[in-house]
Amino acid sequence: MTKNPAKKGAKKAAYSKKTYLKWYEMMLRIRRFEERTLMAYGQQKVRGFCHVYIGQEAIAAGLITAIKPEDAIVTAYRQHGIAISRGISTKEAMAELFGKSGGIVKGKGGSMHFFSKEKRFFGGNGIVGAQIPIGTGIAFAEKYRGTKNLCVTMFGDGAARQGALYESFNMAMTWKLPVLYIVENNGYAMGTSVERTSNVSDMYKIGHAFDMPSEPVDGMNPESVHEALEKAAKHIRAGKGPYYLEIKTYRYKGHSVSDPAKYRTKTELESYKDRDPVKETEKKIIDNKIATKKEIDAIKAAIKLEIDEAVAFAESSPYPDPSELYTDNYMQKDYPFLT
Amino acid sequence: MAREIALRDALREAMSEEMRRDDSVFLMGEEVAEYNGAYKVSKGMLDEFGERRVIDTPIAELGFAGIGVGAAMNGLRPIIEFMTWNFAVLAFDQIVNNAAKTLSQSAGEFNCPIVFRGPSGAAGQLAQQHSQTFESWLANCPGLKVVSTSDPYDAKGLLKTAIRDDDPICFMESEIMYGYTGEVPEEEYLIPIGKARVRREGTDVTLVSYNKMILVAEQAAEELAKEGISAEVIDLRTIRPMDHKTIVDSVKKTNRIVVIDESWPFAGVSSEITYVVQKQAFDYLDAPVIRVNAADTSLPYAGTLVDAYMPNVKHVLDAVKQVMYVR
Repeated sequence: MTKNPAKKGAKKAAYSKKTYLKWYEMMLRIRRFEERTLMAYGQQKVRGFCHVYIGQEAIAAGLITAIKPEDAIVTAYRQHGIAISRGISTKEAMAELFGKSGGIVKGKGGSMHFFSKEKRFFGGNGIVGAQIPIGTGIAFAEKYRGTKNLCVTMFGDGAARQGALYESFNMAMTWKLPVLYIVENNGYAMGTSVERTSNVSDMYKIGHAFDMPSEPVDGMNPESVHEALEKAAKHIRAGKGPYYLEIKTYRYKGHSVSDPAKYRTKTELESYKDRDPVKETEKKIIDNKIATKKEIDAIKAAIKLEIDEAVAFAESSPYPDPSELYTDNYMQKDYPFLT
Repeated sequence: MAREIALRDALREAMSEEMRRDDSVFLMGEEVAEYNGAYKVSKGMLDEFGERRVIDTPIAELGFAGIGVGAAMNGLRPIIEFMTWNFAVLAFDQIVNNAAKTLSQSAGEFNCPIVFRGPSGAAGQLAQQHSQTFESWLANCPGLKVVSTSDPYDAKGLLKTAIRDDDPICFMESEIMYGYTGEVPEEEYLIPIGKARVRREGTDVTLVSYNKMILVAEQAAEELAKEGISAEVIDLRTIRPMDHKTIVDSVKKTNRIVVIDESWPFAGVSSEITYVVQKQAFDYLDAPVIRVNAADTSLPYAGTLVDAYMPNVKHVLDAVKQVMYVR
């Protein structure tokens, strides 16, 4: 069983109304998007492997306020929430899940592979941990060109056990690359708990082997995520090299839609739902009179409408033409495919 | 003006010229900088380009191949050197799952203009793990292009083209051929990827090969000439995409073909050529296609076993006599 991090973090409101509402709106957008994704999956409109972000939304919210639009970001296959927080529209995201040509990658990537050069979103990667060296390389290119940008490189607790992490951490630290590593520790690598995959269950300690600044973070509220990311980003932008955060979070659903998650207890799940980032942030906004219930209800209504429109867009977008099979395999326009 | 230079110098000239031309090109790998390259291919490059662009890595093939992929997605043009392609197996995840698929899975949002390069094939008594030929493995994967050559002229022109290419390229060289010399012009030139080269014209039988097995094919052609058999020798130079037309045109002329391929026989480069020839030149064939491959075994250490494993001139002569129905 994974340990629920202690209930800490600021009780009183430490940020502006605009910031709280931004976080709340983004978390609610992701939550409603994912709920609709699961519904569409049940209707067989979304197919393939599908991993939803429900429970982990505070991380995506903290990212939008702590990281700049010119910073790059790369993550794994549980990526809908991060992609949406990066500015990929729910319409393009939902159409992608439906395998439609109006999707963010024209129906070619599906649930695991969203990309957007404009939003500096480098995927959407399906091989556990393979994005860790890629993110390190994206950061390498930023340093090579002499920018002040960093690359947020996200992965799950399962990926943290891959050799690719060790190799990347070592080179990033040796070359002082501007990379912010984030392990979203949701407690389980598919069905195997963190405690069962290593003698070291405090994942932030992995960074200590490389003298990399490394900290644990409560991932169940956007404030603590924002604070940790902002501090780490400042360190990286000062040219001091990489930073590593273990963000402790929880997924309410199974690993993928086909996983009933029988490896964990109901008590454990409920203990996290008590700290639900969407509900808790809403409560904080109301309790601290940051905004009125009316304002919150208006956000809820707008999000519902947005998700309805996203589904309608996905429904009406055409499937890719079969000729698209032979596009985007090579940059070379006249590549001689074997047929 | 042409001069005689070694393969390693031709490769270095290609990289250095492209690095002078384009600041986004850099070289990364084990021992490429301060040691001047495990096989001295990058000798002097650190001095010219500095440590920003000629970068020694720890022994971490998966990691630095992935760093190359990320850098390529983010606008640079990395040259990733593997000390040999045997070690690149550790990095196949990044080559096959990422470099090859970036363009497709991002529907054209991101491409991966990267060159993975290093020596391929057996190089003496190096035993099982240091002697492999992975051209057919890599060429099997859509999204990649695969070049394999040890001719100095071809290597320079093709490597320059590969560095400028917007697709990911696996560039296969040869350890024992780095000192092999050939004529290379002083002036700049490029060779297109995907075009084979007829190295010797002939009328009786087509010999198709690539990389250092070309030497075996050429020696066999010399021997055959003494017996009055005129062999045409084709150097594939690029494995993927393969230049079918040059092969098929030759077979239409000679009506016989022997493929000399250092990769293992099962699903090797020779299998692909055999398919193409039966499909496109079936009515022109006067004999079955015969291939001469490395043995269908791992390569042991002992010299006698290396000799038994490798394709050689005698194997080729025997094969030619089979397709010529000569006893």
